Amino acid sequence: MAIELTQSYKLATQLYDVSLKADVLVIGGGPAGAWTAITATQNGASVILVDKGYCGTSGATAPSGTGVWYIQPDKEKREEAMKSREALGGYLSERKWMKRVLDRTYANMNQLENWGYPFPIDEKGVAHKRSLQGPEYMRLMRRKLNKAKITILDHSPALELLYDSHGVAGAAGINEQTNQTWSVQASSIVIASGGCAFLSKALGCNVLTGDGYLLAAEAGADFSGMEFSNAYAITPKFSSITKTAFYNWASFTYEDGSIIEGAGSQRGRSVIAKKLQEGQKVFAQLVKAKDDLDLQKWMRIAQPNFFVQFDRMGINPFEDRFEVTLRLEGTVRGTGGIRIVDETCATSVPGLFAAGDAATRELICGGFTGGGSYNAAWAISSGYWSGEAAAKYASSFNRDKRDRALTRKQVIGINEHSSGKDFLDATEVTKRVQAEVTPFDKNLFRTEEILTPALLRLNTLWNETKTSLQENQGNLLRVRESAAMLATSRWMYTTALERKETRGMHKRLDYPVLDENQHYRLITSGLDEIKVKPTTILQNT
Amino acid sequence: MIEILLEDQCVECNLCVKVCPTNVFERRDGKAPKIARQDDCQTCYMCELYCPVKALYVAPNADEVMGITEQDLNETDLIGSYRSSIGWEKGQKSTAKQDLAYKFYLK
Ligand SMILES: Cc1cc2nc3c(=O)[nH]c(=O)nc-3n(C[C@H](O)[C@H](O)[C@H](O)COP(=O)(O)OP(=O)(O)OC[C@H]3O[C@@H](n4cnc5c(N)ncnc54)[C@H](O)[C@@H]3O)c2cc1C
Ligand code: SF4
Ligand code: SF4
Repeated sequence: MAIELTQSYKLATQLYDVSLKADVLVIGGGPAGAWTAITATQNGASVILVDKGYCGTSGATAPSGTGVWYIQPDKEKREEAMKSREALGGYLSERKWMKRVLDRTYANMNQLENWGYPFPIDEKGVAHKRSLQGPEYMRLMRRKLNKAKITILDHSPALELLYDSHGVAGAAGINEQTNQTWSVQASSIVIASGGCAFLSKALGCNVLTGDGYLLAAEAGADFSGMEFSNAYAITPKFSSITKTAFYNWASFTYEDGSIIEGAGSQRGRSVIAKKLQEGQKVFAQLVKAKDDLDLQKWMRIAQPNFFVQFDRMGINPFEDRFEVTLRLEGTVRGTGGIRIVDETCATSVPGLFAAGDAATRELICGGFTGGGSYNAAWAISSGYWSGEAAAKYASSFNRDKRDRALTRKQVIGINEHSSGKDFLDATEVTKRVQAEVTPFDKNLFRTEEILTPALLRLNTLWNETKTSLQENQGNLLRVRESAAMLATSRWMYTTALERKETRGMHKRLDYPVLDENQHYRLITSGLDEIKVKPTTILQNT
Repeated sequence: MIEILLEDQCVECNLCVKVCPTNVFERRDGKAPKIARQDDCQTCYMCELYCPVKALYVAPNADEVMGITEQDLNETDLIGSYRSSIGWEKGQKSTAKQDLAYKFYLK
């Protein structure tokens, strides 16, 4: 009988069933990765894109759709757009970046129209490009990637980066459907693997477990804004559909039907969280749209899946009250992520770039949620820039050097030998991380008193996992995901403890106001030993 | 979560196996694929959207299996209905074109 080698053993000993080469490797095939891949190809690079799920349906945008920060190049309109989130974001954004993103997004959205995206057209023949239907958008992007002959590996999560004497030189992972191991050698790598929502089942988010953060940190990259990592979204209690726009038409009530004062979708989300935390049930009804049948029809067309959830439960959201809850979206609709060091979206590691939700979005929206149009614009723009720069970086490599001996670093969870019987299972690690990051009284309403012991438990867990987290019955992906979520939670809380004020989405009950003296970004680095240091923000003009 | 796969209806195209982001389905030789890892389902409705023959039904409960069967839905046209609500059925046009969001909330 042939002995089945574990995935862990094969990766640890570099036994790859499939070995490929390209100039640029893109990790993640959401909007950011898709724009990266297309732009890198347009700049002459050969590209391989790997996705944990399926490029076209996977990630936060594909099943959801997005509003996009698409603003006409009109001085006043742009000024208004830039101003709109500056204060909410605690003035941690930069005008220079906003301008670039507005320009780039404008150009690329127009490109999408040329590619055939069916934007709605009004009576005057004007196309409206401020929102994208997720399935349509991502199906189109997939077609474009295919047309450009980009190699796509679906169901192929990257589990570690590979290195040679020049630095990062590729990545390795597994194929979830064939169980084969793969490696890709590349001159430059773009991490576009989205944010981290801690397997909360928020829409499209269960593939988003912070994998790219872990890969980047293992290569030596650092983070910015990890305190802005506590986004929660309203959803019917039973549902995964964390689409929040239509709650602007909602009233929120207690079980007995009386109104919850101050509860709301945008500003009043904390009120809802407080009630839920007290153990109260919270109900919603889209009562403000109750008598407007045209509006109801438009809503159905704008967000079909918002209504699928109700139709299938026999609920009429305009007439009936339904119970709601808040699902954690972590950094996905937060703003923290891998730090960008220049206009090309390079990280602090040469040859390694970051795009989309994987990167920090503080540059354009500071400390307040990037959802609602900013993140989508950032995914498009940062994808474009990193694709361009990754192609240039790759072409600066001498082609003879391209047969490179790839080596690996020892990383958490990928071991040649099993550590014996008393190992830690990925499910257990994930559960323990979720227990620290999901509750509102820890992550949403933050205090030193609660965060300090939570962080201590997470740090202790990290030390345990270093020696005893291991693959169990072919679940290496789950192992690495759990390690990534654990690391992410520690970057979040270490940073949250350092920011002793309330700014953007970071709420400290023990420091409830904004402190002018903390007008800086926080840079977080390290795996075992986590360090946080402030950095000043360029003058805004 | 994904709860129904109508084997009689299925044309074994394996698109659901291909597009499910969390790899819930498993391909089988000469047979309809099976829902092999229901626990991993993230209730994103993408499989139902891509299925060309209305053979899939994603129940709206994200946390628990509701135990819905084909019989329960006999009188409705809910199985596979997400695809037509987005305008992806044969002969339909994508509903993206009729999206008036710019008029009523994205002013
Ligand atoms: C419900 C919801 C609604 C939203 N609405 C808006 C909106 O209206 N406007 C807005 O601006 N933003 C919105 N957002 C934010 C949204 O996340 C971003 O706009 C956008 O999806 C970011 O694109 P991305 O490509 O960076 O990440 P994603 O779209 O999340 O894609 C990441 C990809 O990386 C892959 N991946 C993950 N790990 C690995 C790995 N280890 N190896 C290989 N591949 C991997 C995933 O499978 C996925 O395909 C919303 C988010 C949610 C959850
Ligand atoms: S997509 Fe539909 S028809 Fe195709 S294999 Fe899956 S269930 Fe069968
Ligand atoms: S609903 Fe989404 S996660 Fe669930 S089986 Fe279908 S495609 Fe997969």
